[in-house]
Amino acid sequence: MSSQQKTYFALDAEMFGNIIDVLKDLGYTVYGPTERDGAIVYDVLDSAEQIARGLYDEQSPGRYKLVKKNDKRYFGYVVGPQSPKYVLYPPQHLLFKVRKDGKTFIPQSDGKKIAIVGLRPCDLKAIEILDNVLLKGPYKESVYEALRKDAVFIAVNCVEPGNNCFCTSMNTGPFAQSGYDICITEFLTDRSHVFILDVMTNRGAEVVNRLGCRNATAEELDAVSRLMEEAKNKVRKRLNTENLKDDLYKNIEHPNWNEVGNRCLACGNCTLVCPTCFCSSVFDKSSLSMDVAERWGLWDSCFSIDYSYIHGGSIRQSIMSRYRQWLMHKLATWVDQFGTFGCVGCGRCITWCPVGIDITEEANRVRG
Amino acid sequence: MKAKVTLENTQTLEVEVMRKCSVEEVIKETPDTYTLMLKPLDKKEYNFVPGQFNMLYAFGVGEVPISLSGDPDEKRLIAHTVRIVGAVTNALVNTRKPGFIGLRGPFGNGWPLEKAKGKDVIIVAGGIGLAPLRPAIYYVLKHRKEYGKFFFLYGARTPNDLLYKKELKEWKSRFDMDTFITVDAGDEKWTGNVGVVTTLFKRIRLDPDNTYAFVCGPEIMMKFTVLELRNQGLTDDKIYISMERNMKCGMGLCGHCQFGPYFVCKDGPVFSMDQINRFFGRREV
Repeated sequence: MSSQQKTYFALDAEMFGNIIDVLKDLGYTVYGPTERDGAIVYDVLDSAEQIARGLYDEQSPGRYKLVKKNDKRYFGYVVGPQSPKYVLYPPQHLLFKVRKDGKTFIPQSDGKKIAIVGLRPCDLKAIEILDNVLLKGPYKESVYEALRKDAVFIAVNCVEPGNNCFCTSMNTGPFAQSGYDICITEFLTDRSHVFILDVMTNRGAEVVNRLGCRNATAEELDAVSRLMEEAKNKVRKRLNTENLKDDLYKNIEHPNWNEVGNRCLACGNCTLVCPTCFCSSVFDKSSLSMDVAERWGLWDSCFSIDYSYIHGGSIRQSIMSRYRQWLMHKLATWVDQFGTFGCVGCGRCITWCPVGIDITEEANRVRG
Repeated sequence: MKAKVTLENTQTLEVEVMRKCSVEEVIKETPDTYTLMLKPLDKKEYNFVPGQFNMLYAFGVGEVPISLSGDPDEKRLIAHTVRIVGAVTNALVNTRKPGFIGLRGPFGNGWPLEKAKGKDVIIVAGGIGLAPLRPAIYYVLKHRKEYGKFFFLYGARTPNDLLYKKELKEWKSRFDMDTFITVDAGDEKWTGNVGVVTTLFKRIRLDPDNTYAFVCGPEIMMKFTVLELRNQGLTDDKIYISMERNMKCGMGLCGHCQFGPYFVCKDGPVFSMDQINRFFGRREV
């Protein structure tokens, strides 16, 4: 963290709740990490009290567990099963209603402004990737656009990366580089508990101005720099991305695809927890009287057999081919489509895979 | 006055809006395949490029991608040839006034007809794969002087499964195109060729440096047709095929139609073989 041109602010932990209040005063619906059903999820916050304080997560392939510690840390966990796409691109969304006479009603945005507090650097990168996919092509995804447009992102740097994180390999973390309005580093010792705030945008400045922050001291900034160095070294999982795309293209018939296909259950968990998986389907329904029909958008997964269905059957019948489609998309074809990997190294797919399949291991096996 | 067909990609943001169409005519092509003539009720002119497709919506049932199969110069009525394979196609074919069909499109690129000008053209179709090629045939015949030799090879399962029988007859009788038709299995009245469409290649001799090939049909048919075209010396940059995948949005946003690095709906459906030879013909890609 270089402090040459920028001013970094400091906010004492007792004051942290003000961020939520200020955002609410500014008219935002505030989402933040809260505990539900034994996991950290993004939910609407009325106050900072709802943030999952003192909770830590243990993650390993196929395993997730929250542990309570007796400290007051706000952000002691890393990513949970939900990614920001739950908020910005809801799993189910109404696309239109149409009357029998053909009159069509397209739902208008209710003008809801969203703020997400506690976004991790990998998730910020994922939003950037989703922007590329859903907003930068010839066509725009209007549901995502409406929610995304005025959203404010309060990011949190990861000082304690998780076991399944490999953000340093994907160059997405553990510290946020871009895409946030305010980025927070939580700094907790025996003696002090402060948040160091890095403000990127005018919208962020608007929030900070109302908080009553003081400027961060040189000692605090030094301490933060040390935390960052340590955190980088704590990310142990690695994926070598050099020549990764070409290696995967070359090995499209590698025997390991069959091997992992035998272990994969095709449950689709990885695609639902993935912060960049954007595939969606539509379903049509009509009232019993057949007067009004609706079309809904619904997240879809390339692991379902229907995903590739054309008349006469599905293109990808075997689980092997569906796993291959997913991994190749994340780490190879995405690069050709959108210029970046479709993976941010958040490790969710590894944690939430019921049989603990690890994307970094499978990619390496296929290359070998 | 008819607007001139441009062969550029005509996508605009308007394609996102569903246009209500009435069904003006239903032409039975085969026992399960019908050509629907649709009229947009907004009365706006409809332009498309041969090889493009529309998303057709049956009220309350669903939406499916269907190739445009009519004459690109016909601005009033929009033709789609639909085979009944499921709930939506069944509902589409059975839509009558005052019911309507919702139309979004046109989507996709199209056949490289401009690029092929001054060259020979061979069109190879299998089964209902003729539907997206018929606009290209209309176009070549209408601009006949701008192309060299014109071959048309068409195969169907049985004589009953041949589409556009009236036009096939007309095309066969023309002296400015070489039309060959075959069926996998004949019936008692069939006096033509029997065998898959690739068996027709022994009848023709292509000028490999000077010929563009447009192919559409089942994937297996296209695979073997491409082999025949290569046998005759055509290079992959001159062989174009129209791919089929599950297309739901038409706009590259839903992900279903991915084929390797391509979204068939917006990057295709027409691809040159040198674009896709790394993936084409591989199982389950």
